[in-house]
Order: sequence, then C-alpha cells, then structure tokens
Amino acid sequence: MPASDNRPLIVTNARLVDPASGRDATGALLVRNGVIEDLSAEANPAAPDGAEVVNAGGNVLAPGLVDMRAFIGEPGFEHRENIASASLAAAAGGVTSVVCTPETEPAIDDPALVDFLMRRANDDSLVRIYPAAALTKGLQGQEMAEIGLLKAAGAVAFTDGAHTVTKANVFARALTYARDFGALVMHHTEDPTMSGGAMNAGEFASRLGLGGRSTEAETIVVERDVRLARMTRGRYHAAILTCQNSLDVIRRAKDEGLAVTCGTSINHLSFNETDIGDYRTFFKLAPPLRTEDERLNLVEALSQGLIDVVVSDHTPQDAEQKRQPFSEAAHGAIGLETMLVAGLRLVHAGQIALPALLRAMSTRPAELLGIAGGRLEKGAPADLILFDPEEPWVLDRELLKSRSKNTPFDEARLQGRVLRTLVGGRTVHRAA
Amino acid sequence: MTAFPHRHLLGIEGLSPPEIVALLDRADEAVEFNRRADKHRTTLSGRTQINLFFENSTRTQSSFEIAGKRLGADVVNMAVASSSVAKGETLLDTAATLNAMHPDILVVRHHAAGAVSLLAAKVDCAVVNAGDGAHEHPTQALLDALTIRRNKGRIEGLTVAICGDVLHSRVARSNIILLQALGARVRVVGPSTLLPRAVDRLGAEAFTTMREGLKDADIVMMLRLQRERMSGSFVPSVREYFHFWGLDSEKLAYAKPDALVMHPGPMNRGVEIDSVVADGVQSLIRQQVEMGVAVRMAVLEALAGNLPSGKNDAGF
Repeated sequence: MPASDNRPLIVTNARLVDPASGRDATGALLVRNGVIEDLSAEANPAAPDGAEVVNAGGNVLAPGLVDMRAFIGEPGFEHRENIASASLAAAAGGVTSVVCTPETEPAIDDPALVDFLMRRANDDSLVRIYPAAALTKGLQGQEMAEIGLLKAAGAVAFTDGAHTVTKANVFARALTYARDFGALVMHHTEDPTMSGGAMNAGEFASRLGLGGRSTEAETIVVERDVRLARMTRGRYHAAILTCQNSLDVIRRAKDEGLAVTCGTSINHLSFNETDIGDYRTFFKLAPPLRTEDERLNLVEALSQGLIDVVVSDHTPQDAEQKRQPFSEAAHGAIGLETMLVAGLRLVHAGQIALPALLRAMSTRPAELLGIAGGRLEKGAPADLILFDPEEPWVLDRELLKSRSKNTPFDEARLQGRVLRTLVGGRTVHRAA
Repeated sequence: MTAFPHRHLLGIEGLSPPEIVALLDRADEAVEFNRRADKHRTTLSGRTQINLFFENSTRTQSSFEIAGKRLGADVVNMAVASSSVAKGETLLDTAATLNAMHPDILVVRHHAAGAVSLLAAKVDCAVVNAGDGAHEHPTQALLDALTIRRNKGRIEGLTVAICGDVLHSRVARSNIILLQALGARVRVVGPSTLLPRAVDRLGAEAFTTMREGLKDADIVMMLRLQRERMSGSFVPSVREYFHFWGLDSEKLAYAKPDALVMHPGPMNRGVEIDSVVADGVQSLIRQQVEMGVAVRMAVLEALAGNLPSGKNDAGF
C-alpha cells in the first residue's frame, strides 16, 4: 500500500456518520499524515494552510468499510481475481480493509504464506489486506494449524473458509488453543452431510427439481459450536447465518455473556430463493439464499445489532464455473464493489438506519478483528469514504473492477454512489 | 524409622506428609549406600520381585530391577508384550496366574489408569505402581521430591512450575499431589489443550504462557510431549510448540536466577527442551536418574517391612 500524502485534506460540509460514537451530524474532518487529525461540528471551519479542501456538499463521510470475508485469488486462482483487481473493486465500493479467506492454493496455513500475502498486498493493493489463516492444516478439518505462529505473522482470524469443521473434538481443541492467543475463530456453519443440495430446501427447490439444503443443516452446527464455545470459552464467530433458528441460538449465547458473534452476507440481506428464477447461477450461494421471511428476519436482526457483521462474501468465479447447469455450477457471487450500495437499499426501504448498517460493515468488524479503523476519531487512521446516498444508477457488470463478473446485481437499479475513498489519508478511488 | 502403614504403593494420593518425608529420608540414606563400592544388602533376600510392564519403559524397569537386586531380591522381568496377554488373557487372569507363583512384590506399569489398583485387589503380595495411564507415577514424584530437597534443602515454600503435556502426564499428577503435601506452590504451564480441565481444583495454578508461568519459579519441571500429540491434535507442530513452550535459555530466564531444571525423561531435545538447557548448569536431569534407584530401594524396603514374616526395617 503506498504511503499517505503529506498534504493535509479537509472535508467540509459533510454529514459525519460514526457508528462508534453515535455521531450523525453535519461537520468537517481534517486529515493529516494519514490519520484523522480533527473533527469539527462546524460545517466550514477554517482550513489549514495548503490543505486540499473537499466540499462534501452534505454527502456522507463515514469510516471505510471493513469486509471480513473476501476471496482475492492469490495465490493460485489469479485467473478469477488478484490482489490488484480485488483492491480496485474494494476501493470503488468503499471497502478500505479486506480480510481475505485462506482457501487459496496452497491454503494459507503456514506463516510464510501469511508473510507472502502481506508483502504482495503491500506492493499491489490500494486498500488494507488482512489475511485470515486456516484453522486446520490444508483446510482438511483434521489437525489444527499453527495458530500461534500464524497470528504472530499477521493473521487476524482463523477460519477454514467455506469448509465446516465436522469433527467436534477437532473444533473444540482449536477453539481452546486459539483462546490462549486471543485468536478469533470464524466458522462456516453448514453440515456438509446435509448440504449436498443446490439451493434452499422447500417448495421452490421442489418445483425446480433441485436438491435442497435445509436451514437445519446450519442451525445444527451453530448449536454445536455454541456449546463448544461455552465449554472452551473461545472466541467464536459464525461467519454467515441465514435463518431465525440460528439467530435464536446466537441471541441466547450473547445473553449468557459468551464470546460469540455472528455475521451474514449482503446477498442474504438482499435476495431470497425466488431470485434464482429460471436457474440463474449467479444466485447460487453457500449457504443458499433462503425464503423472503428469513431475509426479513436477517434484516431485523441486523437492525437490532444481533447480527454483528455484514460481509461481502466476495467470491469471484469465472464464466466457465457459472455457465453450467444450476446443480453443477460453482457457488458464490462477487460483492466488494456493491456491498455498500446494496446495503443502502435497506436504508432507503426504511428497514435499517444508516449508522446501524455502517456499524456492521465497519465498526464491529474492526473491533472483532482488533484492527485500527472503523471509527471517526482523532488519531484513527484516515480510512474514509465519502458517498452520495441518493444518486440513482443502473449497474452494468462489465464496468465492475473485479476480474470476474458474477454479480447478482447486474442491471439492478441502485441508489447511492461512492464519491471518494481514502486509505491512510490517500485517495484510492474517486468517482468519475 | 516410622513403619510404612500401607501394603501397596499405588499412588501419592493417600500418603500423609510424614509418610512421604520418611520415604525421602530412607532414600537419602540409600543414595549414600549406592555410592559405595559394595552395593549389596540382604533386606529382600529370599523375596521374589516381579516387574510386570504392560507398557515398555527401559529406564523405569531397569531402575526397579537394580533397586530390587541391590536389596537382595530375586528379580524377574515379565515381558508382557510377548506373553499370554498378547494371546488375549485378561488383566485379572494374568493377576491370578502370577499370584499362584507366590511373588512378594509386583512392580506394575499399565497403559490404563486404575489398572494397577485393579490388579492389586486380586493378589496377595505388595504392589508398586510404576505408572498407570495418565493417573499416577508415585516413585517418579518421590524421586523428583528427593532431587529438589537435596538441591534446595527444602520443598516447603518453593514455587514449582510443571510445564508441557500435563493432560496426559501421570508424572504431573503425582507431583502436584506430593509437592503440595510438602508445602510447595505448584503451577502448571502449557497450552490449554494440554492442561486438564479444572486443574485448579487439584490445587495447581494454571498458566498458558511460559513468561507468566515461570515468573519467580524455583523449579522448572518439563514434561515429555508424546510424538503423536505434536502434529495437530493437541498442538499444531513441533516448531510452534517449541517456540511458545519449549524451554530454552530465554524462557528459563523468566524463572529465578537460581532456578533448577528437571525432566522425567526420556527427553525430546528441540521439542520441549533445548539441549543447552538440558545439559546446562541449572539442569538436574542426570541427578534425577540417580535418585530414582535410591527412591525405589526405599519404597521396596518399606513395603517389604509389611510382608508376612518380613524383617523389620533394617535401614542402611
């Protein structure tokens, strides 16, 4: 990541939205030497000498997004995505920190690979890249990875990506061991023995003649995991939850005071199973899209703060992997560039307040990962986004920055546009 | 010398502090005896000692064999792996068979916790537990205590850090009980995956980092990590284990400057302990082996005193 610009920058006449402090008011913000030097409740305070002045015109200035789950292709899948393309997509989408999943080739289960990724990111990325490392060696779910050495090398969390650790003793020991290092364990909660189907189990799958994946396959794992989190007192994060039954388990765990948190993906907040329509594979996801009722449950839980985190679950797939019969097509959708505007749909629909959305996309993930950012406060890194929440536009997937174009938002009418993204005070994206 | 009021030695649990001290005093005398040129006594003359090892252990078995022979016993080593047990005989059938041969002392090691006391209930002779599963290894704890006492002059008030695979260690359990009985403060140090649940209820203070666990320790007792537990099941790898919990000079410096290092052996150099430390001036590891023979002589003699028509304590 390039060094920050030395010239101070002041954003005036902005709507400052900071979920951490609860601030949502007009003001100005001064950036110098890569950090937030000052905040002002005055819309147009005097600018320091030589400062670049950006008049926000009442648009929103907020902490940059922190995406806890994105696949960025390196090493091994550079044809689907690479660090440079992922970082362009992130910057354009207002994501200033990206946690990359370890499901690469080879998997990120060795401290030398964490080091490699961080060096590559330093050279190629406009945004901050934080490696998540494998929880088990080779993502095989059999033996725990070198959690201590990986964390010392820079891994911010431990996960087997979209693999669920089925062996309870392996997962329990990994949670226990990770606790000694204060390491966060993120888990994909789908029992693989019940997850052979291509979409949500139910009427729609029956009509389409597709195998189903039930919500029970998810909740069974969440229930087990919470019991193990209680037993081990480890730090547990359910990566992507999709149904009320799972959320109920998490709510009870939180009420009990366990170190348990959860997330969902922007896709599961945006779509339901009927969006699959005529076998549209860009809507084939793991876990699958659920019913509209479940989508609304997720939105409600997000608004209450029960869901801590919203991720892009950015999963680039090349055309060959998606131009397949639905049951044979690869899972996943890209999302770095669209997660904010997709979230704004919920805001415009009156289903969630903007600060609550930004908390789950920025402040909470930063807290859980123990990284700087996610807040507008003096001394914090100037990882910032300036966006117009109102501007309407229609998405053309060919214009997206990612190397893969498998977006479920193609031709969607969206409202809200990122005008400018700063990472460490440096402008890494500016709307054309 | 105080008579030893137990027929068997199945564990440290159940021994009173004066009984432990009496065994250590007796062993102290045996140490001097063992350094003489003439190392033969007749305390166990005419007695038959069978070493019954269901789990291989060259050093412990040799130590018991030498101890028995120096006391004049007829010592028989049963190679269990190639015996009737391998042909499917149950533990209790083996016990009945051996009992019919009228041994006086059985020294038993078994891979299952509780197996030695199960066997002891079925035989007429004295039984010494030479290690049962992850339960107890009383003569190891006694020899460790003797080593500490001879080097530090006392046990009471010392801080002893037992480090590594406490979960699977019978040595750790016996030591936790014994050292506390004699007034030491016991800590256990290791990754949580290798610490027994509720270990604090056994009276030991648990630490997961060497820096905290070794702070101000007088004795650093390292435990062996079995090979099959090194590669991901309990700890991720040898290099990670050594990095965080292997005893090297840097970590030993967290302890008191005059701290002493112990290891029950056999050591995995470069896994739980660095050679520089194992062979360094603070190491008592060689001394522990010497104390082993003396402690086992003391135990055999104490038990012999309770055998029918046994000679009374002769002392050394």
